Order: sequence, then C-alpha cells, then structure tokens
Amino acid sequence: MAAIISDELAEEAAATPGPPPRRRWSFPVWRWVILVVAGIYFLIPLYAALRFAGISSFGQVVKQTGFSDALTLSIKLAIMTTVLTLALMVPTTIYVHLRLPRLRRVMESVTILPIIIPPVVLIVGVLEVSPSYLKSTPYLLGLIYVVLAMPFAYRSLDAGLRALDLRTLVDAAASLGAGWRSTLLRVIVPNLRTALLSATVLTVALVLGEFTMASLDLYQTFPVWIVAFDQTSGPVSTAASLLALFVTWLFLMLIVTVGSRRARRTGGGQVDLISVTRQDTSRPRIEES
Amino acid sequence: MTAQAAPAAAPGSGTDPGAAPRRRRPARLRRIVALAGILPFAIYVLLGLGAPAAAIAVGAFQNPDTGAFTMNNVKIATSGIYLHGFLITTELSLITSIVPGIFGFLIGYAIYTARRGSILRRISVTAGGVFANFGGVPLAFLFIATLGTTGIATKWLTDIGFNPYEHGFNLYDLGGVALVYMYFQIPLMVLVILPAFEGLRPAWREAAANMGARTWHYWRHIGWPVLMPSVLGCVLLLFGSAFSAYATAEALTSGTIPLTAIQIGSFLNGNVLAGQQNVGKALGLGMILIIAVLMVFYSLLQRRAARWLR
Repeated sequence: MAAIISDELAEEAAATPGPPPRRRWSFPVWRWVILVVAGIYFLIPLYAALRFAGISSFGQVVKQTGFSDALTLSIKLAIMTTVLTLALMVPTTIYVHLRLPRLRRVMESVTILPIIIPPVVLIVGVLEVSPSYLKSTPYLLGLIYVVLAMPFAYRSLDAGLRALDLRTLVDAAASLGAGWRSTLLRVIVPNLRTALLSATVLTVALVLGEFTMASLDLYQTFPVWIVAFDQTSGPVSTAASLLALFVTWLFLMLIVTVGSRRARRTGGGQVDLISVTRQDTSRPRIEES
Repeated sequence: MTAQAAPAAAPGSGTDPGAAPRRRRPARLRRIVALAGILPFAIYVLLGLGAPAAAIAVGAFQNPDTGAFTMNNVKIATSGIYLHGFLITTELSLITSIVPGIFGFLIGYAIYTARRGSILRRISVTAGGVFANFGGVPLAFLFIATLGTTGIATKWLTDIGFNPYEHGFNLYDLGGVALVYMYFQIPLMVLVILPAFEGLRPAWREAAANMGARTWHYWRHIGWPVLMPSVLGCVLLLFGSAFSAYATAEALTSGTIPLTAIQIGSFLNGNVLAGQQNVGKALGLGMILIIAVLMVFYSLLQRRAARWLR
C-alpha cells in the first residue's frame, strides 16, 4: 500500500516544483509521444502478420499435416512438465521456507542457473549424458523443461510464500491437530493458489513456446512444426505463429486477472536476480490495484 | 511442533558461545538431517543441470576419438570462424542491449509517470510481459510478413519511394536480426527497469526542490546516480538475453549468420568435420563462461542498486 501512496506523491512532486503551469502540461505530452511511437512499432508487425496470413489461413492451420501430432506432443509435454515441476518445487520451496530459511539465498542462485546456461548449450550436455532409452523418447524434453521452468516456478512460489505468514499458519494447523499432509494440502496450498497458478501458467507457456531444445532434439513440437512447415506455406505458418502468440497472451492475461483479484504485496520495488524472470516482474506490478 | 526445532536451534548455536560444546552437536546434526528435505530437488538439479554442464566442461577438453585431454577443441573454438562467431554474437548483443536499453528506459519512465492502476499503465505492463516473452519462431514470421521482401511495411515504404532493400536493408542479415531482437528486448528492458523507477523516493525530489534544484539538477545529481546501477544491470541482462538467443535468429536466417548459438546448434545437427565433434562443447563452455561473468557483474550492480531500493 505504501508504494501506491508514494507513487501518487511522486507525480505531485514531479508536477509542482519549477515553474508550475507549463510543467504540468508538457509532461503528459512527452509521455504520450513516446508511448504512441512504441505502440506503432509493436503493433505494425502484428497488423502485417494478420494481413499477410488472411482470415482463411487460420482455418487451414488445423487441417495441415502434422498439426495435431505436433500440438498433442506439445500439450503432453506441457502437462508432464507442469506436474513434475509442481511436485518437485512446491514441497521443496515450502520446506526451505519453514525449516531452512537460510538456504533461500542458495536456492535463488541455484534456480537462476538454467538462465545462465543457454538452452542451446544445455541440450548439448543433456544429449551427451542421457541414456539412450531416454534419448529415444520425446519425454526427455519434458524432464529437461522442468529444469528450464525452475527459475519461474521457484520465484512465483517464493513470492507467494513470502506474502504468507507461513509459520503462524503451520502452528495454527498443528495446534488444531492437523498432520503434515493436511497442513500442506488444506492450509498451505489453498493459500498459495495465485502463486501455484502463475507457476503453472509460466511453465505451460514456456513449454508451448520452447523451440531451441525441441528442434535440436529432433522432435516436432508445435513451435518446431511451425518452422518445418514454413517451406510449404507462408500464410498458414504466419497464422499458426499468431495463434501461438495469442495463446501466450491469453495465459499471461490469466495470471494478471487472477493476480489482481487477489491483491497482494510481494516485495514490490526491488530489482535483484528475481527480475531475470521476466514474467515475474510484471506480476507483482499488476497485482496491486 | 518439530517445525520449530530447526530455526530455534540455528540461531542458538551461534548466539551463545558460552554454552558447552556438547550442546552444539545435536543442533548441527539436526541441521544436517533437515537438509534431507531438499534432497529430491538437489538430485534433480544435479542430474538435469549439473551432469550436462559437467559433460560440456569435460568434453571441451577431450579428444572425441580417444577421450584424451587436449586443448585442441578450445584452440579451434577460439579461432577462425568460431572466433568470428563470438565476435559477431558480441556485436549483435551489444547493439541489441544498448539501443533497446535506451528506448526501454524512456518507455519505462513514461509508464512510470502514469498513474498506478490506470488503464494505460495496465495495458503497457501486460503488453510488456507478452512481448518480452515473444521470441523465436512466431516473432520471425511476424517480421517476415512486415519487412520481408514481400512484407507489408516493405510495400508501404516502396510505395512512398523508399524500398528498404535498395538502401542496404536486409531482414535476413545481422541488421535485420538486430531489428527483430528489439521487439522482445525493449519490453524486457521496460519490465526490469520499472521497479528501479519505483525506488525513486518522492521525498528526494521534494528535498531537492526545497534546496532549489530544477528538474535537470534533480536528474543530474540524484535520479541518475541512483538509477545508474540498475540501468547498467538491466542492460547487462539484455546482453545476456541476446547472447544466448537461438530460436529467433535460426528461424529468421536458417543459420546463415555465424552466431555462436547457431554454430553450436549445427554441431548437434551433425554438420561436423571429423575430429571436431567436441568443438561444440568448447563453444558452449565459452558461452557459459561469458554469461557467468556477466551475471557476477549483474549481481554486484544489483547489490549496489538495492541500497536505494528498499
């Protein structure tokens, strides 16, 4: 809340000093010019792609050979990755918060590693060490996507847990006779709904959009299929790309709407390694309304 | 109730030095036992991240046929086309971190001055989130439809007498790739720089105004020095993001630009000279090292920035 108030003050402060009448007006004009120019730069390619693809191509995307196989594979991988990621990260993050709070810094650095190692490099190593029975299935990708999703999942969950008074919740649950399982499933998890949702959405968006590893592992997930497909029909693959973009957009809007309904301060004005997770920085900002 | 034991024990062992050493032992033991809870995570990270990274680090110094130690891979990776690749990648990353850094800074400030919770701000921030995550293949197609040889913007420009392709522009070369990268780099900059703007306390501005500072003075002596570590940190982050990007350039140029990431990819696709199979790993190790150095700088800068942001 403090940040909201201070922000309003910031505007007043920006408007009042100096010769008052001119400043108040010159400010918004300058702001609008920048935002309009930026808007044009970002919207023209979207418009161009829509025009280029044409409405009819959207219908055709579905009918193309390989479409359903590629989409099914991507969705399967997304489900697998999300389940594994949550099963691994939720207990670990809660445990670290409760029992090993000193390890939070370490966890933060460890979960940043997948961002340091470029995916194109990681897949080289992964293909090197994987046993052949894993290399022969596309689900190896799912296992590795868990690693890629860690930074996002950890930061969402960490932010969610930081906003809770976890110790009080756990002690209260214990004093009412709850065992560990029901404390976790009936007390902590429901309180973490927003964080869980955003971890899920980020993971799903990551898997549905991942190209580098899938293409180098030679499996046709949806993004790989779009490229492979380009050689035959430009408009249709452009339509498929737009569809992919809109899906991502929908997912992110979902986080934002659910996030803003459950307004919560999660360490607003700080920039540290957390900011590396692009989505995560956008999230707390929108939550407070 | 067991939950209380570990945190209670942790400060206890440090804060009372007078206690008998006998009392310390169980606390330490309990702490080691407590570590067992993160074992599944630790194992997963070791297998999924540690083992591949180790394989790259080892392989980079190995003869692919005999497995013997050699500096040959590293030597090849740091000369000829591969050195050129590193240089081109660095050049591209520099351009696509500094230019979007400047634009992102301006846009970020414009958004910051909008009222919190206003429609404008909401739209900009969500759009930023979407575009920052919008890389790779779909992005390449968007720009092919816009500025490709038959793209719509190309047609508009040709209609007004300025065909960009006759003036040295080419979407499929380095300049084109740089232009496309801006599409996700600028929003990324906006997203990471916004929290820094919010760290500017109104009180500083008021205090400066009380002492007679004009806007220029405020920015010169207060705003910029406070923001600078964050800005540099964010630009470093953009550099890292451009440096390790693969999908966009690959989809756009089908690998005709000698970027390091693309060269590594071509090793996996089997375009390899005999005896050079491990050069890809040396390249990968090089990328990891460069990004790791950047991250160290980044966290140092953030630590500096954090002084003002709490």
